[in-house]
Amino acid sequence: MTPSRLLTPLGLGLLLGLIAFIVFGPLLNLALWAFAEQWFYPHTLPTVWGFDFWARVFRPRAGAWSSLTNTLIVALSAVALSMALAVPAGYALARLPLPGRHAIMLLFLLPQAFPNLPIFVNIAAIFHQLGLTGTLIGVVLVHALPGLVYAVWIATAAFAAADRNLEEAARNLGATPLRTFVDVTLPQALPGLLAAAIFVFLDSVDEFTGTFFVGAPEITTLPLLMFNASMGGNYQVAAITSLILLIPSIGFMLVIERFLKADVLSRIGR
Amino acid sequence: MNALSLSEVTVDLGPRRILERINLVVTPGSFTCLLGPSGCGKTTLLRAIAGFTPLSSGDIRLGERSITELPPEKRHTAMVFQSYALWPHMNVGDNLAYPLKLRGIPKDERTQRVATMLERLALGGFEHRSVTQLSGGQRQRIALGRALIIDPPLLLLDEPLSNLDASIRRSLRGELRQLQKSLGLTTVMVTHDQEEALQMADQIVLMREGHIVQVAPPASLYQQPADLEAARFLGVDNTVACSPQDPSALAGAKTLGFRTREARVDVAPSVNALVRRGQVTECVYTGDGYQIGVTANDQTLFATARTPVEAGRFVTLQVPESALIPFGPDHRYMPSLNAQEHTA
Ligand SMILES: Nc1ncnc2c1ncn2[C@@H]1O[C@H](COP(=O)(O)OP(=O)(O)OP(=O)(O)O)[C@@H](O)[C@H]1O
Ligand SMILES: [Mg+2]
Repeated sequence: MTPSRLLTPLGLGLLLGLIAFIVFGPLLNLALWAFAEQWFYPHTLPTVWGFDFWARVFRPRAGAWSSLTNTLIVALSAVALSMALAVPAGYALARLPLPGRHAIMLLFLLPQAFPNLPIFVNIAAIFHQLGLTGTLIGVVLVHALPGLVYAVWIATAAFAAADRNLEEAARNLGATPLRTFVDVTLPQALPGLLAAAIFVFLDSVDEFTGTFFVGAPEITTLPLLMFNASMGGNYQVAAITSLILLIPSIGFMLVIERFLKADVLSRIGR
Repeated sequence: MNALSLSEVTVDLGPRRILERINLVVTPGSFTCLLGPSGCGKTTLLRAIAGFTPLSSGDIRLGERSITELPPEKRHTAMVFQSYALWPHMNVGDNLAYPLKLRGIPKDERTQRVATMLERLALGGFEHRSVTQLSGGQRQRIALGRALIIDPPLLLLDEPLSNLDASIRRSLRGELRQLQKSLGLTTVMVTHDQEEALQMADQIVLMREGHIVQVAPPASLYQQPADLEAARFLGVDNTVACSPQDPSALAGAKTLGFRTREARVDVAPSVNALVRRGQVTECVYTGDGYQIGVTANDQTLFATARTPVEAGRFVTLQVPESALIPFGPDHRYMPSLNAQEHTA
């Protein structure tokens, strides 16, 4: 082997290592904090290790359990709500002629062009008049809103990519339009729709601003809990909460992975 | 009773008129080919019959019943798409069983009928294969099987063989025709391959720019194309202006057409033949002979020869009268002449 041929894998290895450090470095720090009982400035590693803070976080009255359930309920409801709207909307949009579709989709993105803080403040004001502030429904709505925009976009793309000939073949052989949608169109669009669902779910799990304005203080989700802990200088609690935050995300991905065979997942990219 | 009849079928897509007043009758059990150049509206006509393209006016009848207003799923036609349109999320067996499932046939019978169909398609035991892992020819057969499994009163095929390579295409032509005959299936097939149409059809519908130019059995279409353009599409690659000493001149023909393989440069002169003298410009080997380009009166004509002829030589090109296709001043075929030929 020539030196240059040796150098390429070496350089690649170093680059990958660097990327891994940038990505996983903060995570490692997080993991350290989660099990540190004492960690003061000049020390590179915590001086006392233990599960003390875990016990504190999971004390019945500390709020970790209820925040976790809230987070899950809100995220699943936001997924259900936005997908229930995105599937029919995406299908209808995908079947529109192109110019009309583009105009509507751009219009749809418009709210995303504004900074979201004033939008959430205004939503909070409106929800307050409707008596939705401090309720789970209010939080679900405020989570479904940004998710819906992306879900409709992704669903539209998924339906637009579905082969019309496959639907026509089903109609031709005797399937009603509804039957065709369920048996042929939906399975075609499924990878895209699942991608949209994952997106809305993950977005909801670590949504902070909207929850803060609409839900707090009655409704606490994990990000809010973490925020409170960090503001109080309690890095251990913040670290533990963020590790807990990983649970729903990883769990959801596992579920998706179960449902989707590898070949279906790989079609998302196509 | 006719299996299928179209009367004054007109289709507009957007501002464009795609099909104009199409009239066509298809008899039960026959094989009809829609033939024409790309973009002439063959697929559109097939889709109109299947119910995917609405008519602007006109009527389509299947047997006695008008199906013009029916949605595709109520028409009971079975269509094989050019892309095959097999459902990739179902395996071979499920693809074939789906139309049966829609008709409420119990699972046992479905399984059994699917197995029989696969057997007939020479794909026995393929039930659990993924359709994405089949070859082009196998997909084509599955698509055909999926259409046949419901015993359709009308089978519609959109260029079913065009995605396959030449040798499979040739063998599938025969198989398809055999199957169609044995089942007595009324079939309408789209193709832009004249050889395919001539070999398979009972009746050929020649189309051009949304119109029907001619409806005829293969032999008469081949020998008596309706006009010059149709003739060119059917392989009549030489046309010459008629001169007084030519065989058909008396009857008033203005143009004579003939196929390259009917023209010879290496035969003894005979009476009652079209004769042109010219200089050889090219000589190309074609497998069963040589194709000779001859320039006569500033026009290049093509003829065949058994042995090569070097360029630059002067030759006499001859076409027997029976191989000449006469056209009148309006570029249309001259039927009166045809009658003369037969009496002669
Ligand atoms: N959805 C559509 N909207 C507008 N025009 C269309 C549409 N589909 C087809 N056309 C036009 O209609 C004409 C006929 O199309 P069609 O697909 O029937 O041709 P074809 O004879 O099947 O050609 P090919 O042999 O290439 O398949 C074409 O000029 C085409 O551009
Ligand atoms: Mg076509």
